[in-house]
Amino acid sequence: MNVLLPGSLPEALDMLASDGAAIPIAGGTDLLVHWPVRVDAHDRTYVDLSRLDALKPLSWTADELVLGGLTTYWDVIRDARAAQEFPLLGNAARQVGAIQIQARGTWAGNIVNASPAADGVPVLMAYDAVVVLESRRGREQVPLDRFYSGYKEMRRHPDQLVVEIRIPRRPYSYQVFEKVGGRRAQAIAKVGLAVTRSGAGWRVVAASVAPTIRRCPAVERLLETGTAIASPEALLPAVARDVAPIDDIRSSARYRTHVMARLLYHDLRDFWGKRG
Amino acid sequence: MRRREALAKLTGRERYVDDLPLDDFLWGMTVRSPAPRGRVTAIRFGTDIAWPEFVVVDHRDIPGPNVVALIEQDQPVLAAGYVRHVHEPVLLLAHPSREALRRAARSIEVVVAPEPPALDFRAPPGPAEIQYGTDNVLKRLQIVKGDVERALARAAVVVSGTYETGAQEHVYLEPQGMIASFEGAVLVVKGSMQCPYYVLKALQHALAREEALVRVIQTPTGGGFGGKEEFPSHIALHAALLALKSGRPVKLIYDRGEDMAATTKRHPALVRHRTGLGRDGRLLAQDIEVVIDGGAYVTLSPVVLSRAIIHAAGPYACDHVRISGRAMFTNAVPFGAFRGFGAPQSQFAGERHMDVIARTLGMDAVELRRINLLADGQSTATGQVIQDGTDRLAVMERALELSRYREKQRGHAAFNATHATLRRGSGLATFYHGAGFTGGGEVALQSRVRVAGRPDGRIEVLSANIEMGQGTLTVFTELAAARLGVAPEDVTVAEADTARVPNSGPTVASRTTMIVGGLLERAADDLRRRVGLDDTARGAAVQQAIRRWHREHPGEPLVGEAAYERPPGIAWDDTTYRGDAYGAFAWAAYVAEVEVDLRTCATRVIDFVAVQEVGKVLNPTLAKGQVQGGVVQGIGWALMEECKWREGAMANNQLTNYLIPTSDDVPSVRVAFLENPYPHGAGGAKGLGELPIDGPAPAIANAVARATGADPRAIPLTPEKLMELLEIADFGLRIADSAP
Ligand SMILES: Cc1cc2nc3c(=O)[nH]c(=O)nc-3n(C[C@H](O)[C@H](O)[C@H](O)COP(=O)(O)OP(=O)(O)OC[C@H]3O[C@@H](n4cnc5c(N)ncnc54)[C@H](O)[C@@H]3O)c2cc1C
Repeated sequence: MNVLLPGSLPEALDMLASDGAAIPIAGGTDLLVHWPVRVDAHDRTYVDLSRLDALKPLSWTADELVLGGLTTYWDVIRDARAAQEFPLLGNAARQVGAIQIQARGTWAGNIVNASPAADGVPVLMAYDAVVVLESRRGREQVPLDRFYSGYKEMRRHPDQLVVEIRIPRRPYSYQVFEKVGGRRAQAIAKVGLAVTRSGAGWRVVAASVAPTIRRCPAVERLLETGTAIASPEALLPAVARDVAPIDDIRSSARYRTHVMARLLYHDLRDFWGKRG
Repeated sequence: MRRREALAKLTGRERYVDDLPLDDFLWGMTVRSPAPRGRVTAIRFGTDIAWPEFVVVDHRDIPGPNVVALIEQDQPVLAAGYVRHVHEPVLLLAHPSREALRRAARSIEVVVAPEPPALDFRAPPGPAEIQYGTDNVLKRLQIVKGDVERALARAAVVVSGTYETGAQEHVYLEPQGMIASFEGAVLVVKGSMQCPYYVLKALQHALAREEALVRVIQTPTGGGFGGKEEFPSHIALHAALLALKSGRPVKLIYDRGEDMAATTKRHPALVRHRTGLGRDGRLLAQDIEVVIDGGAYVTLSPVVLSRAIIHAAGPYACDHVRISGRAMFTNAVPFGAFRGFGAPQSQFAGERHMDVIARTLGMDAVELRRINLLADGQSTATGQVIQDGTDRLAVMERALELSRYREKQRGHAAFNATHATLRRGSGLATFYHGAGFTGGGEVALQSRVRVAGRPDGRIEVLSANIEMGQGTLTVFTELAAARLGVAPEDVTVAEADTARVPNSGPTVASRTTMIVGGLLERAADDLRRRVGLDDTARGAAVQQAIRRWHREHPGEPLVGEAAYERPPGIAWDDTTYRGDAYGAFAWAAYVAEVEVDLRTCATRVIDFVAVQEVGKVLNPTLAKGQVQGGVVQGIGWALMEECKWREGAMANNQLTNYLIPTSDDVPSVRVAFLENPYPHGAGGAKGLGELPIDGPAPAIANAVARATGADPRAIPLTPEKLMELLEIADFGLRIADSAP
C-alpha cells in the first residue's frame, strides 16, 4: 500500500494529476471497509487528505451554506444554524452509522463513494446542492442532481477533488427525510427519501431504489400540479416512472416500490390534490 | 459480588486467543470447497505464488482417521476428494505473513465435478439427491402417549397449522480461533471454546495421539451460545495439523466473514400441528411433526432433534400425544448447537399454534393457556410426572400483571382505531426448558469436579466448565465461598486446562450452575472431610484445617472430589422415549408488546416482560442479564436475523447484511423471578441459560397477529414478509366485507 501525504491542496492536486490512478482518502469509512480481505486494493496508491485543513470547516455566506471537501457529519450536527436552516442535513447525519462514523465520515466521501443507498446525498440533493470540483486544470461546478450518470459513475475525473459543496439558502415550507433500514440504527437504507418544498418548487429525492440516488420528476409533477391522489397505490405509476428498484440481499423491488409509495402518500397527505 | 473478570473485559485488558503473545509462529488459513456437492477433480495452485515458502496440508497429512469425532464419525477433518457442502475444508495453508496467505489462498482453485445437491430439507429428496441412507433422514425419533388418532377422531374441533423457523447465526463478539504449538512432545492447543474435553477427544482421535501427549487450554472466550460447542474441534485439528507439519506454532483465527460463512448455525425447522380440542378449549390430542435441517454432516442434529420433540407439546397437559421428528441431510453447511438446542424452534410453533387455536375457537389466548397449563401430578408428553410444587398459573399471572396485559389490550383497541399508520398489540408465550443433558445423558457424561485446598488456606475450584460471558467464574466462586464459609477473595477458579482440570462435562445445556455447581458443592464437602471436619465447619476453621493438613503432609495435593450421581426417583428409557426427560424444568411466561408501522411493515418491540421460575436465583444480576440477553437474541431471531442462502451457504455473511438488534431496537426488558428451590441443583438453582431464547419469538409473532390481524406462521418476520401477509389479511377483510 502506497500512501501520499500532501500538506496543501495544490500539492494534493499535483499528486492526483501525476499519478492518474491515485485514490483520495478522506475519513476512510468507505474505502477501508473489509480492508484485510480486499487484497487487490492493497496495491493501489492513496492520497491522504487529512492534512488539508482548509477543506475541513463549513462556512456561511449571505446566500449559501458551504461544506468543505473534508467537512464531516459531526461538523454539521454540531452547527446550530445548520440545524435551523437545513434540518434534514443533521437528521440524515445522525442516521449515518453511529457516532464513530459520523465523526470521521465526510459529505464529499459520501458523494464520491456514489452508493445508491447513501444517506448524505439525498438530503443534499433535495436542497439543490452543487458540487465544486477542482484539479490542476481548474474549477468546475456540477449540480448534484446531474452529478451521477449510472451505477457508481459520475462526472468527476480521477484528478479532481471535491473541494466544496454549496447549498443555496432558501426558506423551506416543507421538508422531510425518511430512512427505512432493516433496523433502527446502523443500517444501510432499503428505501431513502428526502422531500423539500421551497420557492424553487418541490424536490423529491429517492435512495436505494435505482442505480443512483435521483430526483423523481414524475412525483414532483404530481405535487406541482396538485393531482388528486387518494391512496398509496395511486402513486405507483409515477413511482414506476421515476425509479427502478431491484431484488438484492437487503430487500425486494416490490417492497421498495410499495414502501416508497406509502411514505410519499402518508408524509405528503396534506399536499396531494383532493378528488372532486 | 462483582463479576470476576468484569474489570479486565471492561478495560480491554482481557487477552483473547488472538491477543496472546506468540513468537516465531505461522498464520494458518483454510481453503474451502466452492461447490455444494461433487468430486474434487483438481486443485490448481496459482503460478504467481512462491509456494516453497508455504506449508500445505491436505487429508493425506492426517495421522489417524480422517474424522472429527462426535456422535457419528462421518465428518472429515479435510475433504478427501469429495465435498458435501460449500465451504467444506479441503486444504490448509500456513505462512508467516497473513497477507501473503490471503493472496495464496485466493490463487488456489478447487475444481469440483458437480453432482445434484439436496438443498430443501422440507421437500422429499429426488433420487439423484439421496446421500444418506435411503431417504436422507439423519435421525428419526418419536414420542407416543395414549392414542392420538382415536382422540383426534373424537375431538369436537381439530386445528391444524404449519410453522417455520429460520437459521440463526450466533454472532459471538469474538470470532473463533485456535493456536497450536508444542511443549516438548506434548501438543498444546489453546483457544476459544465451550468444551475443552470435546476438543481433546477430537485431537486424540484424528491425530492418533494418546491423552498424555495432548493438552487443551480454553482462553477467555468472547461469547459462545453453542457456536463454540462442537465447532472448535475443527479449527483445533486444522491448527494442529499445520503445527505438526511445520514444527512451528500456528495461529488460525477466523475473521467475521469466514466465521459466519463456514461455522454452524441454528437448525432451520418446520413443524406441523394437528390438535384436537374440546369445545371448552381443553387439549385432547396433539399430533406434531418436527423436521429440522441437519446440513451435510450429522454433528449434533440427533440431540437437537431430541430436545426439539421433547419440548414440542409445550407445558400443557394432554393425554394423547404423538410427536415425530426427523433430522434431514442436506448439502448445506452443517447446522449445530445454538442456545435452546431445538426447543426454541418447536416452542415457536407450539406457542404460535396456541394463539391460532384461540383465534379459531374465538377464545381468549390467556384462557386457553390457563385451562391447559400443567398442574402438579399431571405428565408431559414423555410421561414425566411434574411434581415440583411450582405454580405455573402464578408465573403467567405475574407476567400479565407486570405487563398490564388486560389494560393495554383495551388501550390498543382505542389506539388502533384512531391511528392512521401504526398498530399495537401484545402477545403471550408460556413455555418451559429442561435443564441439563436429556434423559440418561448426564449419567453417561460421568462428570467430575475437584475443589483443592492450597497450603495458604485458599480454595481452588477445578472444572472443565468455562466462562464465556455468562458468569461461570463468578457463580463458581460464590458457590465455593458459600459452601465453605470463606471469603470470595480466597477462592480461585482454575484455568480450564485439560492437563489440570477433571472432565466435568461440556459448558452447554444450561447445566453449569445447576449440575456442575452441585458437584462443586459436594467436592467442597469432600475437601472438608479430608481435613477431618464435618459439613458444619465453616470459614476460618476450614482454612486453618487446610493449612494444618499441608504442614502435616508437605508437598502432597489436597483435593476434594465429587462425581455425578443421578437424582433419586428419575428414570428414562431411551428406546421408547418415555420417562423423566430432565431432572428439572424451568417455567416461564413472556409478554411482548409491539408496534407495527403499516407504511414500512416494520415491527418494533416497545415493551417486554419476562417472568420465570428457575429454582433459586443465585446471582440476581447475572440471572437478569441472561434473561435480557436471551430476549434480545430472541427479538433478533423473530424479526430480523435472516440467513440468505446460496447453494446451502450463507450469502450475507457480514454484519452489514445479517442484522442483529441494536440497543435502539430493544425495549426495556423487565425481568422477574419466582423462586422455588430445586433440591438437586447447586444452591437450589435450576438451569437458566437457554430458557429465555424460547419465548420471545412466539410472544412477538402473537403480538403482531393481534396488532394487525395478520397470521404469521414463519420467522424471521421481516418487513418484506409482513407486507405480503398484510396484503393477504387486507384482501381477506375485503372479501369478508363484501360477503352478503
Ligand atoms: C460502520 C459503517 C456504517 C456506515 N453507515 C452509513 C450510513 O448509515 N449511511 C451512509 O450513507 N453511509 C454509511 N457508511 C459509509 C460512509 O461512512 C459514508 O459514505 C461516508 O460519508 C464516507 O466518507 P469518508 O470521508 O469516510 O470517505 P472515504 O472512505 O475516505 O472515501 C469514499 C470515496 O470518496 C472519495 N473521496 C473522499 N473524499 C473525496 C474528495 N474530497 N474528493 C474526491 N473524492 C473523495 C474516495 O476516493 C472514495 O472513493 C458507513 C460506513 C461504515 C464503516
